[in-house]
Formats: sequence, structure tokens, C-alpha cells
Amino acid sequence: MPRDTTIQKVLLIGSGPIVIGQAAEFDYAGAQACRALREEGISVVLINSNPATIMTDTEMADRVYIEPLNVEFAERVIARERPDGLLPTLGGQTGLNLATQLSDAGILEKYNVRLLGTPLSAIRQAEDREAFRELMRQIGEPVPESWIVTEEWQLEEPAGAGIWPLIVRPAYTLGGTGGGVAHNPDELYEIARKGLALSMRHQVMVERYLVGWKEIEYEVMRDANDTAITVCNMENLDPMGVHTGDSIVVAPSQTLSDKEYQMLRTASLKIIRALGIEGGCNVQLALDPHSFAYYVIEVNPRVSRSSALASKATGYPIARVSAKIATGLHLDEIENAVTRKTLACFEPALDYCVVKIPRWPFDKFVLADRRISTQMKATGEVMAIDRSFEAALMKAIRSLEVGVYGLSNKTVPQMSDIQLEEAIRVPNDERLWAIAEGFRRGMMLEEIHALSNIDPWFLRKLQHLVSLETRLKLNGKAIARMAARLLQDTRESATPATENTGTEHHLIARLLREAKQAGFSDRTIAEFAEVPELQIRALRKRLEIVPIYKMVDTCAAEFEAATPYYYSCYDREDE
Amino acid sequence: MREGNVKKKILVIGSGPIRIGQGIEFDYCSVHCVWALREAGYEALIINNNPETVSTDFDTSDRLYFDPLTLEDVLNVIDREQPEGVIVQFGGQTAINLARPLHEAGVRIIGSSNESIDLAEDRDRFEKVLRELGIPKPAGRGVVSMEAAEQVAEEIGYPVLVRPSYVLGGRAMEIVYSREELQRYMEYAVDVSPRAPILIDKYILGKEVEVDVICDGRECLLPGIMEHIERAGVHSGDSMAVYPPQSLSPHLIEQIVHSATRLALRLEVRGLLNIQFVVDSQTDTALVLEANPRASRTVPYLSKITGVPMVKIATHIMLGRTLQEQGYRGGLYPDSPSIAVKAPVFSFLKLHRVDINLGPEMKSTGEIMGVDTDYPRALYKAMVASGIDVPTEGSLVATIADPDKPEALPIIQGFAELGFRVFATEGTARFLQEHGIPAQAVKKLHEGEDNIEHLIRSGQISLLLNTLSTNKRIEREAARIRRASVEAGVPCLTSLDTARALLLALSARARGEPFALATVDEYLHAPGSLKGSALHG
Amino acid sequence: MRAILVLEDGTVFEGESLGAPGHACGEVVFNTGMTGYQEILTDPSYAGQIVTLTYPLVGNYGINADDFESCRVQVEGFIVREAADVPSNWRALQSLHQFLKERQVVGIKGVDTRALTRRLRVRGVMMGTISTEETPEQALARLRTLPGYEGIDFARRVTTEAPYRWVPGARAPIPVGEQEDVPRSPDVRFRVALIDCGVKYNILRNLAALGCETTVYPCTVSAAEILRDNPDGVMLSPGPGDPSQLGYVVDTVRRLVGHKPIMGVCLGNQIVGYAFGARTYKLKFGHRGSNHPVKDLETGRVYITSQNHGYAVDPDGLRDGMEVAHINLNDGTVEGLQHRELPIFTIQYHPEASPGPTDSRYFFSKFVQNMERARR
Repeated sequence: MPRDTTIQKVLLIGSGPIVIGQAAEFDYAGAQACRALREEGISVVLINSNPATIMTDTEMADRVYIEPLNVEFAERVIARERPDGLLPTLGGQTGLNLATQLSDAGILEKYNVRLLGTPLSAIRQAEDREAFRELMRQIGEPVPESWIVTEEWQLEEPAGAGIWPLIVRPAYTLGGTGGGVAHNPDELYEIARKGLALSMRHQVMVERYLVGWKEIEYEVMRDANDTAITVCNMENLDPMGVHTGDSIVVAPSQTLSDKEYQMLRTASLKIIRALGIEGGCNVQLALDPHSFAYYVIEVNPRVSRSSALASKATGYPIARVSAKIATGLHLDEIENAVTRKTLACFEPALDYCVVKIPRWPFDKFVLADRRISTQMKATGEVMAIDRSFEAALMKAIRSLEVGVYGLSNKTVPQMSDIQLEEAIRVPNDERLWAIAEGFRRGMMLEEIHALSNIDPWFLRKLQHLVSLETRLKLNGKAIARMAARLLQDTRESATPATENTGTEHHLIARLLREAKQAGFSDRTIAEFAEVPELQIRALRKRLEIVPIYKMVDTCAAEFEAATPYYYSCYDREDE
Repeated sequence: MREGNVKKKILVIGSGPIRIGQGIEFDYCSVHCVWALREAGYEALIINNNPETVSTDFDTSDRLYFDPLTLEDVLNVIDREQPEGVIVQFGGQTAINLARPLHEAGVRIIGSSNESIDLAEDRDRFEKVLRELGIPKPAGRGVVSMEAAEQVAEEIGYPVLVRPSYVLGGRAMEIVYSREELQRYMEYAVDVSPRAPILIDKYILGKEVEVDVICDGRECLLPGIMEHIERAGVHSGDSMAVYPPQSLSPHLIEQIVHSATRLALRLEVRGLLNIQFVVDSQTDTALVLEANPRASRTVPYLSKITGVPMVKIATHIMLGRTLQEQGYRGGLYPDSPSIAVKAPVFSFLKLHRVDINLGPEMKSTGEIMGVDTDYPRALYKAMVASGIDVPTEGSLVATIADPDKPEALPIIQGFAELGFRVFATEGTARFLQEHGIPAQAVKKLHEGEDNIEHLIRSGQISLLLNTLSTNKRIEREAARIRRASVEAGVPCLTSLDTARALLLALSARARGEPFALATVDEYLHAPGSLKGSALHG
Repeated sequence: MRAILVLEDGTVFEGESLGAPGHACGEVVFNTGMTGYQEILTDPSYAGQIVTLTYPLVGNYGINADDFESCRVQVEGFIVREAADVPSNWRALQSLHQFLKERQVVGIKGVDTRALTRRLRVRGVMMGTISTEETPEQALARLRTLPGYEGIDFARRVTTEAPYRWVPGARAPIPVGEQEDVPRSPDVRFRVALIDCGVKYNILRNLAALGCETTVYPCTVSAAEILRDNPDGVMLSPGPGDPSQLGYVVDTVRRLVGHKPIMGVCLGNQIVGYAFGARTYKLKFGHRGSNHPVKDLETGRVYITSQNHGYAVDPDGLRDGMEVAHINLNDGTVEGLQHRELPIFTIQYHPEASPGPTDSRYFFSKFVQNMERARR
């Protein structure tokens, strides 16, 4: 269906200030939406209280209002601008809540403003947990045992059910504010009380806590013609119990067989269809690591932080396509802006591994509780792309800017064995480094798995990195010697003179290549060799161990791509 | 500008993950820089690692490198692309920190040179420059031992502002009121930076003022001055600020412009320089606190409210064009007819055990802006926009430190006149009663049940006014009270300046004065028509 | 152990040995699916081909007992960027390497598979060889002496030797003959005759799930033989190779038209295409992956499909009421046919998935409905 031409002017609501749970991703989403709408000849009216955004540039929207995001000011903007439609799903929870309030207050009706994209009823059904569970029951998708609590006395039933631990999630809040895991009735009452106070609806959900289950997300899209696709799936390295915004996340999933992948994909598409979403949506699922059992955890009926990550991880512009869908276009009528040859109606194929690590504010809040659980604490995140998980992880680590360039940090070596075990068992911002330290101290993989419930596949990768680290440390002197020898005389050929140095030369060159392929930074290698970082760089270049750049093209090289989006890696062919 | 058909390339360094102290503002700056480069006919390359941003969108730059922002990874991209140079001014501290190592690796830094950056960032060299130019700064100097620290503090007098020398942006910064606190700080700080000296400066209880200078080497354009609403000691990123300044004398503004201009020229800035001043009200002088040789957090705010495309102008300067060639002149840009208030937004609810009181360490995660035709209204909008559930009536609870009591009196009086019921801790209540304000005393925490914390948590309070005490025991209690206010969703004001401003805004609202509603462009260009026009809806 | 991959055009990729040592030769093709290597390895349609996966991390979840699509490894060779040494999944029984080694399959890892894919995209698929013991020159010389892919009737190589049955509830085939002892399941609603050019077990599983008992015949079966057994419908399986080699199957199909409901999958689509006057042509680098968008021309809806084919139907010659019903959105090629009147339809992709999306499973129901109607 061609785009709905009765839509001439659209109001977009931004997400306001950066807070934990709502960072720059909605500027990215809003900016894409502005462009997508204007390409269709639609005039865009934008309201946002945060001027430090690209979307509030007068180049991006036709009419920009930097005013408070509340009903009072939004109504006045609507009264003044008389937009034909309101696109509520691109401004995060803030934008969505405001759109809901405007609708509830009868303002949209009064000014004849249509809600574009996903209908409000679908948003309600996705966000109201009881309505959502009812829908899941109808379509036969499993949801964990749970109780809706609006009054404190209702906690009696879950407290008496005997299925500890239980997880508490408040309805209608940002980034899971006020949630937590309760291991006994006292904790349950404490956490639930706080959650009730924070929920816009004075409602919390008490739910079976799926210890050790895998947390998997699918980013799905659907158009008005009921065509539905998945853009990307993602696997949280941290099992269930850690907010996905606080989890280390990989894309695509690594430990799922095709049967599991497709089972969860099919469930996600079934859900987006049952809800009637028109645009992008995020589905979170829990998968039993020991069977095909799974549960649907929740659905974000809008563009979210995860969709920003999925967009960058795949090259597929979810916000842009969502905005186009809201104008009535079907997925097969929208161009894939990356290849410019294919359509938006396909599922990206990745030929690399993506790792996201959250950026927590504990460097500033030294006294804050560093444990992470269902309440998001990260202010931002970094992402890295490489051909292997190890390299993507190592690149993400050094992107964090927390003074750490590899798998060693300052604090974990100081920990006693007992403290270390605790840091591996209880999720916290240093767990990754604690696990590496555990391997250094000779802990078994099975032991770390038992403590952390992290899938052995990920642990094996960390173990691999630690063993490479050990080899680099053992060969530190040899690396330094080689650097000195090769860099002393630039005319000397890179091939060694004697047989002895020849063997060493080849071994070290191989080790360095292996280390670089696994993502070790020059800086880390330089520390092991006790030479300046730039010497390692020079040595590498001498040995022709230099990165090449590959393209993110949404299609694993199947089609030629027009977009210049690159990542470095130590593979063979440079593009 | 072109060689044959091949466009020259320039690499823009992004700002990495969103964190406290380095937010979305720098992504805004990076994207605008890329746009300006492309407009100028260059091939703009960007390197960044934050998936949440516009700068990492696939169609923002000519080529996007999704890689870490370390020396190694940036040099790798440079090896491959062989750009003309690298722009480090827009990616916050992340990018500027790469200036020196990149320079040393033989990479051309476009804009202010590495030398210029170093001159602004190295405390010793910077202070020499200030002395040479005769620009005043608060008394103080760097020390490496406890003995020296004590000596300096005695010399300049407590309270002092202490911080490690090598970090800017307020990390591990503290206001120290006594010798004991100084000792404790030194122990802690030594842990932070083993070899770098600790800076001890006179803590001046005055307003902070912030300017961004665009300098082409000959002239300096100051798009605007932002005046902080809270007094010094609160990190600039956590403080509400107003544009244009509301309480600075013309003399002071002139002094600020003069000092900023001379400083930027002396530092040989090409592009942007951010300078923070503190106003010593006793002498009516503006003392320089620090200078950041890069785009600052305020750039997008000032760009939007003044209409001066700061990043674009600065980028063109880096490419060799002058201000004049771009149609601008040196000096302070004429004030916009509208008033803008920038306010911080916090995420304290998400972070347990973090005290919400504001100090020299930044705690906010984001900022918003309120714009209107006058200050109280702009302030009100800023508060509403920052998520403060601004109460128009109800109860207020005040707990005011002794030195602040006289100043707090008229403010509390004002709230009472607006119809607020006043609760206060015993000392404060007595003081208020003595001055004719009906205040009801509430128990302190250690005084048992029905204390102030319970009152706040009970939902009967709509506003908490709490100024900081130098007494540690009182402060410990106050921290718990503030935490309770966060958890109960009660706005908490720790600065009398903010309280005064809120009072102004509420008074305006109480009088039924309308608020403006206008687009960014209208605020810039049609100010006259805003007042009392249909825009007031 | 070192291994090399040498392409027909002389391109050499170095890597390490994966699976068995030795050498393997075949048409080198790429698959862009991110999961499903076990299904791919055992899919008969890959006979005669060396498969590379574009996703770099392979073998993560190991090899399990259930995800076989036939009883043997069908690929000639396997190329990956990185193979997991130790798998991690509750169903995993062995690692990819152990499996390939046990089944005597030659593979190579450590190859820049994206570079390889780009080469195949630009130059088209070509013959190649993996070797653990030769120099590149030796390998290339050997490669040049071997026949190409096009001239071989691979269907006859992979088809079943003797007919067998797959009944609802079964996990494995039952040879015809032994079947007499097996009590007929009350769940059987339809009997399907499947002409096996390289069937995947999941087709049989899907049919069984809908109450079909399927008899799988060798591809050389005659129409008379099938009609004698009087099934409710005929299924044409997927399979490897150039469909133009399969005139004898096309003849069989022509004789079945009008007698039985027919469903053709993949190669089955091409065979039916021939039966209705069309021809096929070779695609430059084929469609292999789990993400191909196909539009149903009737509803306008788009499905994400699992694909594995190197040839496409040229619709120009289509006659006798046969029409194009599905097209590929990427390149506009024919993805399915539908007869205007007769209960005959075909799809170029894989409704049985395995690997890939299960969006198109509804075709099996459609086939069952056709059989139901035909009975009345």
C-alpha cells in the first residue's frame, strides 16, 4: 500500500533528558524518524525539552519546540500546529507515556490527531502485564508464574507460594526502576513497597525468577499488511536476573541451535502479530539451558535501547523503517538504505560478532552499590564488532574508558578468594574481570559456571583469552628482544639471520598475530613486554600484522553495499 | 580546497559512551562537525564506539569506523585513510585526551594545536599564562605532601577546594572545611593519583559563570554567557544556569569578555575554548577557574538559544576561514531576546547509596532547557522539564544550616505567603518563629519516631529545603533525609539560590501570568510578538 | 594441521584442517544463515558442493542426535572462519570437528570466509578444492582434471536405493517390506508419495505431523508405479544439481499431472516448471541462507524463507495454466508456481525450514487440504 497521503504533518515527541535507562538512543531514533518522514513529504513538528540533540535541530524538523514534555505544553503545541498524526513510539518511555496521557485526556480526539503506527491499545496490551499475560495465554505462549499486586496484602500469596527467588517488576516505569529479586518474604515486602510507590499505575508484578536461564532478545518489525520480520536476535552473556541494559550482550545469539533460534523467532513473530504492532518491537525471552522450555518475559512495543543496538549491530535502521511503516508503507515498499539494492523486507545476516558492554557510573559514585540486577544502573554503553567474540569483547572493554585495556583491572587482584567468588557469583560491574582473575588463580570452568550460571561457551572464550595472556606474559622478554632487534635497524630485513632467532621470530610473530586476532591491545602487550606501546605498534607493522577493515552491510557480503560502515579486524582481505 | 577530484579527508574523533560528565552534547557536536566538513567539500570520517548515537548512524559521515577510541585504534584508521588531519575538539575529554599522543605520533591536529591544548590543560603552564596576562584566579597551588597541603590551606584559609591535578571535569574534587577533612582527603586522593600533585584552591563562595569562545586567531566571538544559579562548589554540569546572565554587572560582563578574549588569543585557540569563572562578589571580579580547549557541554544549548551555529563556525575556522569570512565579528554576540535556563537531571532513584547532595563532583546524567520571555518563567519550565514535580502549594520542610539562616528567611517567608505550610527541624523552626513565620517543628532522625524522614515518606511534604552543614553528624542525617526525599519523589533543594528562583517562578504562576510557547526560531527572531500574543495560547 | 582451499580461478586461501585430512572437491557455495550447520551438512541438496558459512563462529552448539536432515553428511567439504573446539548446548553430543572427522569429511578453518564470499559474489560460484596434503599448484592441477558440477546427475547419487516409509510418530525411516509388521497408525489420514531427488527428513516430519504417511521412492520411479500405489498426493523433493539433467523425473511428473495433487519443493519447483514448459538457468551465486524475502503475489504478504538453490525457473515458457505465484524480493526470480485450476503448486524455497524460518510451514497444510479436496 502506498503511503497514506492524508498525513501531511506529524508530531514527534522526544525523550527529554538523558537519564539512566534512556540515553542518546532516542535522539538517534528521532533523527532517523524526522528524515524518514520528511522524505515522504511530511512536515515534522518536534517537541523535546533536551536541546542537546540532533533531532531538535532546525535542519531535522520543520517546527522545533524546546518545551517541557508534559500534557500542558504538548496540548498547546497540538492546538497551535494542528498535526494530522502523532508518532508516539520513537521517544522512549517518556514519549510513549506523554502520548498515552494526551490520548487519555481526550486531547488527540479533540484536535483530531491520529496516532500513527502501533495502536495505543496494542501498547497498553504490551505494557499492562495482566493484559499481556492474558494475550499470551490466548495464543499459547508461555509466561512465568506471576502475581499482580496493587495492594500490599496481595503479597501474601506469592510469599506463601514457596518458589523462591521471586522477582519484582513495577509497571509503567523507566528502565525497570524499583524492581529487584527477593529471596524471602521480608525482601519481597521491602522491594514491592518501593515498586508500588514508583509505578505510574501503582502496580507491581511478582514473578518466578528464572535463575540461570538464558536471556534472549529479538528485534522484530511488522507492517500493516501483517508482514513481520526479525531484524536481529541477541543473547545476554549474563543469564536472567540482570537488566538487559546492564547485561553484556552479544549479537547474534551464540549458544542457540537453529531449532532454538527458530522456536524463539517464531514465538516473537507470533507475539508481534497478536499485539498488532505496526513498527519495531523488542521481545525478551528466557530459555532453559537444559531443554526447549522457554518463557516470554516482556515486550517493548516501541523503538528501544535494544533496537538502537540492533540497528548498529546489523546496519538495519529500525527507527527509520518504523517511521516509514507509520506512514502506511509496507516493508516491501521501503528501500534497504544500506544496500540500496534490496528492500527493508529481509532479515540481516551478520558475518561478524557484536559485543555490547554497559558503561556504569561507578567511577563517579564510588560509594554506590555496584551490584547489578533488574534495575538498570548504566548510563551508556559501548559496542564493538569483530570476526571473533574474543576480539569484539576486548575492543568493547577498551572502549569503556575506565582505565582498563584488557582482562586485568586494578581491583580484582586485590580480592581474597572468597571475595573473588562473590564477585563471580553476584552480578556486578567487575564480574568480567573477576572471572578472568578466577581463571588466573586456577579455578575450573565448571566452578565458574556453577557460580555465575554464565554459559560455558562464553567462559571458554574468556579462558582462551587468559591462556593467551599467560603466553604473552611468558614471552614478554622475547617480544621486547625482537622489537629491539627489528626496530634498531630499519634496513635490516624482517627475516632473521640465524636459525635460533629464526625459530623465535616465527613463534613470536605467530603469537602476536594470534593475540591481535583475539583483540589484545598493543598497550596490554607492551605492558607484558615492558616496552612502550608504540614499539609494539612498530614491531607489528614490521611483521605486517596490521588490521584490515570490513564492512557492515546487512547481508554478509551477499550483495554489494553502498554504505561506508566499517570495523577493524585482523583477518585477510581489506575492503 | 580541492586537489583534482579527490576530496581531502578529515577524521573526527567521537566521544564514546554516555557517562556522567560526558553526555549526548558531544555527539551533537561531533555530528555537526561532520556536517560542516561535508558542507565544506571535505570527506568526513568518524570513529566512535557508541551504538546509541547519531554519529554512528550509517549515513551521518562519509565513512564510519565503529572502533575503540584508543590511540592504537585511531592510529590504525589514520594509517589506512591518511587524512589531512584529525579533529579532537568535539568528542569531549575522550577526544582531547588523544591530542597529545596523536601529535607525538606525527598526526596533524586540526584546530588548536597540541601546544595550545597542553597550555590550557597543564595547570602549571595555565597558571603562568594567567599571571602573564594578569587575569586573576583563586589563590592556591599544587602540593605533593600533607605538610605542604596544610600549609597552603592555612595560608589561603578554609574552606578550600581540593582536587588532583591531572583530571579535569571534577573527578575526586571536594570542598574541605577543616584540617581533619584535608588529612582524610589527602589519604584518599593519594590513592587516586600516586604521583600527580593535589591542587588546593581558595573556595570562593560566589556565582560561577561559563563562556564558550570561538577564536580564529585574530578575533574571538562569545555567543553568550551562562550564569550559574547555584553558587560555586556545585559542579557546572549539576548546576542550573541561565542565559543571558541575570545578575552580572555590565562591568563584570565586560571583564569576562575581555579576559576570555585575551586568554583565547594567548592560547592560540583555533576553534572553541570553554572558560569557567567564579565571581568574587566582594571585589566584583571574575576569577578564572579553568579552561577547556574544546567544545563544552553548553555548546548545543547556546547554539540553539543564540542561533549562532557554534560547531559549524568553529569547524570552518579549523579549515582556515576567519570569523569575518563567515559573517561574524569578535566580541559578545548580542543577547537573544529570550531567556533560557538549563537544568540538570539526575538518576538518583536508580543508584542506591548515592547521596543526592550536590557538590563539586558531577552527579547528573542529563540536562534540559526551559525557554521563555522572562527569567522566572524560563526557570519554571526548566524545573518542570527536568522532572521536578513542581509544587504550587502544600507543605515545605526546611532544615537550614546556621550560617544560611538569615538568607533563607525571606525565601521561606515567600513560600509561606504563597500558602505553603512550613515544617522545620527544631533550630530552624525556632529561628523562623522568632522572625514571625509560623513554622511547625519536626523531630530530627535521632529524636525518635515521627521524625522528619517519616514525615517525608508519609507523602505530606511537597518540597524539601536543605542546606549543607559543615557538621559531619548533621550531614550524615541530612544525607538520609535527602535520600528519603528522592525515594518519596519529593523535590529537594540544597541551594538557596535555586529556592529563590523557584519562588519567583511560583509567584509568576500564582499570578496567572501566561507562559510562552514558540519554536526555537520564533524565540530567536520574533521576541516582541511573543509577549502577550496569541502564542501564549 | 595446515590446509588450503584452492579455487578454479587460482585463488588460494590458507587455513587449518578441520575434520578429516585429505582432499575434497566440489562447487564452492556460500550460505548466509547464522545457525543450522548440522542441517546444512546433512542436506542432500549440497551434494557435490563445498559449503562455506558467512557467519564466522561455527560449531558453537555442537552436533546432536536430532538435527539430521539425512542419514549422512552430504557436503563434499566445509569451510569456516572459526570452529568451536568444545560445544555448549544441552543436546550436543560431539564437536563439529569430531563429527566431520568421524564422517570422513574434509574441512578447513581459519579462512577469511567473507573474502571468499565476496569473490564468489563477484565471479560467481566455481569449483574448488580443499587439501591438507598438497601444494596449491598440485591442488589446482588436480582440480582441473575433475569434471565440473553441471554435467552430473546428483539426484541419482543421493536418492534412496529402495522405497521406504515415514509414518506419524516415527523418528527414522522404515524400509518398505518390514512395514507389514508395523501396525498401521490410526493417526494416518493421508498417504503421500514422495519422489526423492534428495529429500530432507524435515519434510517427512512435517508431513507426519499433519497425519501423512509418506512413501519415499527413488527418483527413477515411474508414474505408473506411483499411481498403482494410489497415494492421496505426490510430493517432489528438493535436491542437488542441474534440473536440466532430470528429464526422466520431468516425464514422470507430466504423467502424474491431473491425477494427483502435487506439491514441489525447491528442485521440485524446477521439475514442475519443466513439466509445464519452462526452463531453468543457473544463478550467479545462488540463494543459500535463512533470510530471503519472498512475496506471495496473491496476498502481497512477504515471508522470510530458507533457501538453497543454484538454479531458477525462467517463467517465459510457462503454459497450460501454470503461473508464477511467488517472487524473490531481492532479485525478482521465481520462487513458486501455482496452477490456475489443478491442485498443483510448488515453491522454490524450504517450507520445512531446518535450518531457517518456519514461516512457510503453512504450505504443508495447503497440500493436505488439496489432498482432502481431491478425495471428495
